[in-house]
Amino acid sequence: MYGKGIIKGLSVTLKRFWYTYWDDFVWFIRSFTTGKRRYYSEEGIKYRSSSSTRGIFTIQYPEEKLILPEEFRYVPFLVYDEKDDGTKDVRCTSCGICAKVCPPQCIWIVRTNDPQTGKPVPVPAEFYIDMDICMNCGFCSEYCPFDAIKMDHEFDIASLHRNVYNMEKLLKPASYYSNIRPKNFQLEEEARRAKEVIKAAKAGAASSPS
Amino acid sequence: MAATPLQTQTVDLAARFPSAVSVDARNGYTGWLVEKDKLLEIARSIKEELGYDLLTSVTGVDYLPEEKMEVVYHAYKTTGGPGLIFKVQVPRQDPIEIPSVTPLWPGVDFQEREIWDLLGIKFTGHPDLRRILLWEGFAGHPLRKDWKEGFYEEDAKPFKSRWPEGNYVSSEEKNPYKDNLSFPKNFDPEKWIPEGEAALYGALARYTETDEQGIKSDRIVVNMGPQHPSTHGVFRAVVTVEGETILSLKPVVGYLHRNHEKIGERNTFLLNMPYTDRLDYFNSMSNNFGYALAVEKLMNIPVAERADYIRIIMAELSRVQNHLVLVGMLLNDLGAMYTPALYIFEERELILDIFEAVSGSRMMCNYFRFGGVARDIPEDVLQKIKDLVFKRLPAKTDEMDRFLSENEVLVSRLKGIPVIDGPSAVQYSITGPVLRAAGIPYDIRRADPYGIYDRFEFDVAMRTHGDLMDNYLIRLDEIRQSIRILEQAVSKIPSGPINSQKPQYQVRVPAGEAYGRIEAPKGELGYYVISNGKPNPWRYHVRAPSFINITGLEKMCVGKKIADFIAILGVLDIVLGELDR
Ligand code: SF4
Ligand code: SF4
Repeated sequence: MYGKGIIKGLSVTLKRFWYTYWDDFVWFIRSFTTGKRRYYSEEGIKYRSSSSTRGIFTIQYPEEKLILPEEFRYVPFLVYDEKDDGTKDVRCTSCGICAKVCPPQCIWIVRTNDPQTGKPVPVPAEFYIDMDICMNCGFCSEYCPFDAIKMDHEFDIASLHRNVYNMEKLLKPASYYSNIRPKNFQLEEEARRAKEVIKAAKAGAASSPS
Repeated sequence: MAATPLQTQTVDLAARFPSAVSVDARNGYTGWLVEKDKLLEIARSIKEELGYDLLTSVTGVDYLPEEKMEVVYHAYKTTGGPGLIFKVQVPRQDPIEIPSVTPLWPGVDFQEREIWDLLGIKFTGHPDLRRILLWEGFAGHPLRKDWKEGFYEEDAKPFKSRWPEGNYVSSEEKNPYKDNLSFPKNFDPEKWIPEGEAALYGALARYTETDEQGIKSDRIVVNMGPQHPSTHGVFRAVVTVEGETILSLKPVVGYLHRNHEKIGERNTFLLNMPYTDRLDYFNSMSNNFGYALAVEKLMNIPVAERADYIRIIMAELSRVQNHLVLVGMLLNDLGAMYTPALYIFEERELILDIFEAVSGSRMMCNYFRFGGVARDIPEDVLQKIKDLVFKRLPAKTDEMDRFLSENEVLVSRLKGIPVIDGPSAVQYSITGPVLRAAGIPYDIRRADPYGIYDRFEFDVAMRTHGDLMDNYLIRLDEIRQSIRILEQAVSKIPSGPINSQKPQYQVRVPAGEAYGRIEAPKGELGYYVISNGKPNPWRYHVRAPSFINITGLEKMCVGKKIADFIAILGVLDIVLGELDR
């Protein structure tokens, strides 16, 4: 029969339509016992981006936002540790590896030199990243040996002017980092502690007369 | 995958043509050096006697220190097996001329034009040797090693100005507008008449024909595109039509050209990885795969076992979503605005979520590293892949099939409208699903396996009619086969390290050449990489399937209706990021 294929196809559309409203109803009824809502709630968004989702699929940005996976990367930021006296301990040693491995070459670093000796000091005097050129590749954070530069989760940075970030704008506390990337942070902390233990053991062995 | 030599030389070309062919004996190189004057004769023998019917890639290399130019040909058999590489060398003095092989393989048409455009090698006997990616008012041939771009800073990255005295200056300040571009000698943009115009608009001389019944009809030229919405990107086709019938069609490309290859030659080997993402931006995972293969061949390093599986999983997921997008967008082109496209975007979104969770980005994955991949797949993500592969994707593919395949309107638009027949598709170097829909079961995953594809059970999808309908159906077939591979891969994935090498930002690549090719969703994606032992590649060429598949576009479209052209462009599956490079 001519038109059978079309009707068959339309049944798929109808099914989706039905699922959208039927599931609305089911979620609504269930919400009395579970308290979980389908829209504007974390469970709802999670469900809509899970592999068992059916019916409506869209997320109402910006009221709703997708839950970002930990590995999500946008632009980089510099990490500093907060010292007890409130000063910032910038992790970066201005070794320059990130500037070398940046594919579009958008990282600019000015190294600090000791005014007396003229020797380099392991802290950057200035650090610029041209965010308009940054291609969000994540190489800088991948190859930084000091865990000093990490990829941010913040993605809505559109502006009317050029986004050249200086050090002030790039620096974010380690607590922020641990907040957006808890698993990575934990792994790195463990690795660092393990290294310190080895170092201490070595130092101990060296100082104790054998 | 154990790194294997680029090619096992099964044919002794030098024995066949002792006076005109010699072995390419340079360190790390393979293949044959062919005398320029004998090129056509030898190429004919390679094609007709030795059976290398598919000339996939042609590219040029500028050996500035040796004062030589070289053109490299990669020929394969559609029945499978390793390829045959032959090269022609000529002195580097303008005019550089090499006979065109278009009479044998018409599929090299655009590739030879590209070489002329970017390297300035003239192909004698080429039917229409014009610039293709750049405009006619462009000064010089940018892939020559002595050509420098407007924003030139240094020959190779990393640039010294970035560290340790990296005081920021924007490149616009350094190269103010108007001072940063040059024109050819005696070129006046005001008086310039594009030389290609005659070829494009030759038929514009409007004339009226009167047929037997006394009906007058006009021939007119229509510019399809270059607006984005109508043509899958900024692509333009100059079409001469009589009524609705296409009489001639010339693709005009290059609107998105950024000289990816020049950028690649300034980059170090690793830095190229994220740039490959931007080629076919639907399949950055596949793009990474091909490039990683080429460089791994050069470096002669193995790939970690687990990474091999991860690579296959990612490449096949990428293929699934690519074909889904094709189906959705094809329907969009045919006028079924957005409903099918948005349905398939759900599945695509779920697959992109996986890419995002493993690599950090939905589309610009930058996930492969030489010897493995960048990050391991977390357990929960692997579970999500399993849910998709075992449950959701097969069901949704069937649903798509139910939704569309029997739709009478769709069938009447697609069925029986030929795209290209098998033998012509081979002639035109067309690869990928379009070739397979025309009855040639040529799939690199089987014909010349890379990675660990030889460990999986799957069929090479093939259809025989080569019409639009088959081109549509083969995408569904391929999705199903990919799901089969995925099912095996996610069940068998071993644990272990994800990279055979230590993470290092500066890889050492020995001198030599390598051609890494994969069966990308759109066809054969090849990377021809030459290293001279320095941190950055001497030559980096991308054999882009989108670009080469449109070589036959005119042949496919002449005699059809203009509405069919849209559908043909739809099933050809071009992506301009890759086409224009
Ligand atoms: S951010 Fe890391 S890689 Fe970059 S200069 Fe600082 S320490 Fe070196
Ligand atoms: S993310 Fe990539 S492009 Fe951006 S600053 Fe880091 S290395 Fe450079």
